[in-house]
Amino acid sequence: MLELSHGAEWLDQWLLSWCAPWVAVTIECVLIGVLLLLAYSVLALFYIYFERKVCAAFQCRRGPNRVGPWGVLQSVADMFKILIKELISLNHIDKFLFALAPYLVILASMLCFSMLPWGSGVQIVDFNIGIFFLLAVSSIGVLGILLAGWSSNNKFTLIGALRSGAQMVSYELSLGLSVITMVAFAGTMSISEMCRMQSEGMWFIFSGHLPAIIAFVIFIIAGTAETNRGPFDLPEAESELTAGYHTEYSGIHFGFFYLAEYLNLFIVSGVAALLFFGGWAPLHIPGWDAFNGVMDWIPSTIWFIAKAIIISFIIIWFKWTFPRLRIDQLLALEWKYLLPINLVNLVLMVLVVCYGLHF
Amino acid sequence: MANVQEHIARLFPEATFEEGEWLLVNIPDAKWHSLAKTLKEDPELDFDYLVALVGMDWTETLGVMYYFTSTHLGHHVSVRVATDNREKPMLHSISDLWHVANLYEREVYDYFGIIFINHPDMRRLFLRNDWVGYPLRKDYDDSPEVNPVRLDHEAVDDVTYTYVEKPDGSVVKEKRTVFAPEDFVVNIGPQHPATHGVLRFRTAVDGETIKKIDLYLGYIHRGIEKLCEGLGYMQTLHFTDRLDYLSAQQNRHCLCLCIEKAMGLEVPRRAEVIRVMMDELMRISSHLLFMGTFCMDLGATTMLFYTLRERERILDIFEKTCGARMTFNYHCIGGVLEDLDKDFVADVKALLEVMPKAIKEYDTIFTGNVIAHNRMDGVGVLSKEDVISYGATGPVGRASGWACDVRKTAPYGIYSELDFDEITLPEGDSMARYLVRVEEIKQSCRILEQLVDNIPEGDICAKVPKVIKLPEGHWFQQVEASRGAFGVYIESHGDQKPWRVKFNSPCMNLAGIVPHAAEGGKIADLITIGGTFDYVVPDIDR
Amino acid sequence: MEVTAQGMPYADFKDNEYIESLVSELRANGTNVVVGSLDKLINWGRSNSIWPLTFATSCCGIEFIALGAARFDMARFGWEVARASPRQADFMMVAGTIVHRMAPVVRRLYDQLAEPKYVIACGGCAISGGPFKNSYHVVKGVGDVIPVDVYVPGCPPRPEAMIYGIMQLSRKIKVEKFFGGVNRQQKRSEFLAARDAAAALVKEGVEQEEGMSK
Repeated sequence: MLELSHGAEWLDQWLLSWCAPWVAVTIECVLIGVLLLLAYSVLALFYIYFERKVCAAFQCRRGPNRVGPWGVLQSVADMFKILIKELISLNHIDKFLFALAPYLVILASMLCFSMLPWGSGVQIVDFNIGIFFLLAVSSIGVLGILLAGWSSNNKFTLIGALRSGAQMVSYELSLGLSVITMVAFAGTMSISEMCRMQSEGMWFIFSGHLPAIIAFVIFIIAGTAETNRGPFDLPEAESELTAGYHTEYSGIHFGFFYLAEYLNLFIVSGVAALLFFGGWAPLHIPGWDAFNGVMDWIPSTIWFIAKAIIISFIIIWFKWTFPRLRIDQLLALEWKYLLPINLVNLVLMVLVVCYGLHF
Repeated sequence: MANVQEHIARLFPEATFEEGEWLLVNIPDAKWHSLAKTLKEDPELDFDYLVALVGMDWTETLGVMYYFTSTHLGHHVSVRVATDNREKPMLHSISDLWHVANLYEREVYDYFGIIFINHPDMRRLFLRNDWVGYPLRKDYDDSPEVNPVRLDHEAVDDVTYTYVEKPDGSVVKEKRTVFAPEDFVVNIGPQHPATHGVLRFRTAVDGETIKKIDLYLGYIHRGIEKLCEGLGYMQTLHFTDRLDYLSAQQNRHCLCLCIEKAMGLEVPRRAEVIRVMMDELMRISSHLLFMGTFCMDLGATTMLFYTLRERERILDIFEKTCGARMTFNYHCIGGVLEDLDKDFVADVKALLEVMPKAIKEYDTIFTGNVIAHNRMDGVGVLSKEDVISYGATGPVGRASGWACDVRKTAPYGIYSELDFDEITLPEGDSMARYLVRVEEIKQSCRILEQLVDNIPEGDICAKVPKVIKLPEGHWFQQVEASRGAFGVYIESHGDQKPWRVKFNSPCMNLAGIVPHAAEGGKIADLITIGGTFDYVVPDIDR
Repeated sequence: MEVTAQGMPYADFKDNEYIESLVSELRANGTNVVVGSLDKLINWGRSNSIWPLTFATSCCGIEFIALGAARFDMARFGWEVARASPRQADFMMVAGTIVHRMAPVVRRLYDQLAEPKYVIACGGCAISGGPFKNSYHVVKGVGDVIPVDVYVPGCPPRPEAMIYGIMQLSRKIKVEKFFGGVNRQQKRSEFLAARDAAAALVKEGVEQEEGMSK
């Protein structure tokens, strides 16, 4: 079976065979860093193209089809353009914070990105509180957004940033609680361990039945809100706040926000795939051995990415279907509905685990 | 009408009367405010709706024509007030009685320099606050040296003036502040995706809550009324298409009707039918665009593409007959310019077949959506008294229970023969305004169904002289445009050119009621409210 | 639905004297291979990714919406990413009449656009004042206020005309030189010095006038 892990092992041994361990580790780290950046940008470009095509399909349109075959190079052209677009220097702003903000946002999403389980044995950092770390670093993003809004010295960005602060802090709660529900079910916080469990048994959404499904629905809602996507795109609500917290950003700084937005979409879908749909684990149906065998032949990396993209598709579907919520309705939804349901669900999950009611 | 005349004459012996299509009362300015109060409050008169307020320059005198209607009793009256002081003309304001007069009087001040005593906010409305002269006066100097294109930004005026009449009769200029220094003022517009053009709201917010809105107009003020004064009657027609470009046909219909009325011209039956069909097609296309852009404002972008799909069908019908997708130049004095395309009947029938399905689809996508209901239910509630006082006609008025459809109250063309319902809803919130428009699409389809097989043969245009001269006099005509009652006032002094043309656009009243509806709500509600009012900015600014 | 309108002959579309003369002028001095190919790459990116600013004043704006809708679908060319913030947009479609009160706002919007920035004057009003040319409050063409790259006539122009206009812009961008010295950046200090000098001149003039009036 072709797996990326074999290649990684071979590389490691080959490096160790001719250089000192610390050199090997350094080379590997740099290599991984470059790969990560590459994967990050390629995925972002793909996602931008993907969303534009999907949205066009929803709206009875064609979508990009002139640049490259089927328009696949459209987002590459966009990238070239945005890379060399002028970075406008503004007066009366906090220059340091203004420049720092997009990097914080991109940093947060990069760190999350690096935690994802890319395939069986293909994981960059794997430690026992992986999912906890992921949640923690994802919170840095809101800092970047708040800083961007504050340092721009613009009223629209300020309102956008305050909205986004209220929204992300609130929804992080739901996100966290639904993750805790699944951690309680899995009994581990290690990402690789979770994937392994699901590849050996059933996916959590099946074995955890009712509480897992509730947790999944809440996770998707909170995740959509966390990535600032419609119908929760208040911080950058075009029709209300021009472009929200990044109104004043131009060129590549804006490009960072733009990239991070799409990548966060991938990350949320990736985490959902990890927690509920087995991460890289292939689909197994007990008893159907031939079917399971065929599924096993598909590389685990493809499994993971495909699951993430399918979940992203659902989130994109939300965006192009629903109108936007108002800020008070948004917060009411979180504090009055999602949070209590989530707490009850957590108790339910604990009961399920205690009494062994799962499959 | 005689009744009204007797009643006014008894109370105000100094008033003189002229008979006309609307009874005209001449009153000196000193008595004007008390007459206005009587008109409004006397139960036998009960003129609660100020239809139009037309500033006038009669060279020796400056003045104002007022048009009133009683929504309960259905009678009309017009009032003429004039002053011969051209240096510092002053009249009494009636903005305390009818809210709509607030913006109208500012407009008159902007055009003619007439100061309204006791008006709370005497700033220019359309022109920059450093503009020199009053453009609609006959002696206005319009050379570009006087008012060059200035690229500096005009000073932000947080201060306004009001001319207060003291008990002893003297008038004192007083300063008022618009915004307090501690207010957090956000500029929404002129370039803003949600204002549907170049409207500007200076909005004081407290967090997300709106405290106060100050309306800025004139970012697309094109001076159409002044332009009309220099052109022949035929030449004025094309401006109406560019006022509210989404009810181009109805607006043009109105101006044609007004000129035809003045000429005493009979329009052939075929032309009448074609006009009404075009009007209703225009109404459907306008309401479709409303649904699309409104949903886009709320964040449901996809709806726009679905409604525009049907709108394109209507534009195809227009294009085949009129030759353009917008600004059709189709109605003309005496009828219509061109005969119908040979596919017209078939195309309209195809459209009528598609529309019910399309509306069902919209309902599935948007109207039934929970978020949409949350965003619209109970947002921007307007009472019936509000909409009448602010003169908000059209779907907005009808959503607040005011039966104000000109097609029913003062039928023109062949509307009196047609069978259709006037949609009124009692709620007065954004949802009602949205639903009224959806229902109106259905009613327009009903009208088209009745007419599509019954287009009579005959001429499409009456015989009209090459050069049109109107007799001396003044005329006022209203039609129901897509956004409400669109009025045209023409005053002729017997020349080939009009002395004064005033377009009484529905959108200005709608813009005027935005602050009232949105204050106290959230910023997002302002977007919803602005969206449901569906104003077209060039129609506001003219 | 069947489209019956006759399209533009391809030969006419290709025939573009203005751009050809521009190209020959630019290539007159020859180009370095490396710089030239980098320029090509950049121009490819720029010309294929022109994001409009959502800005419309009147009728032409509605046709611009129609341009985005399903029948004309400007997304095919990648123009559908309409940015509401001028900092992130590439070109500004001046769709509609520009009046005196709006002129400084348009100027400011143009100044807020990030380089490289382009302007398309769309419709009769933006080109010359159109039907409102004689009005006291209408700017006789947006060219008086900001530099214009492409003019699209019509009242309002059909969406097809707008597509052609933006494609013309796209071709114009293709022959730019990013490294070749066309895009020179003014140093901030130079700009400020020039501005102060201009302000001083104006002030002097005002003082002179005042002196004369005294």
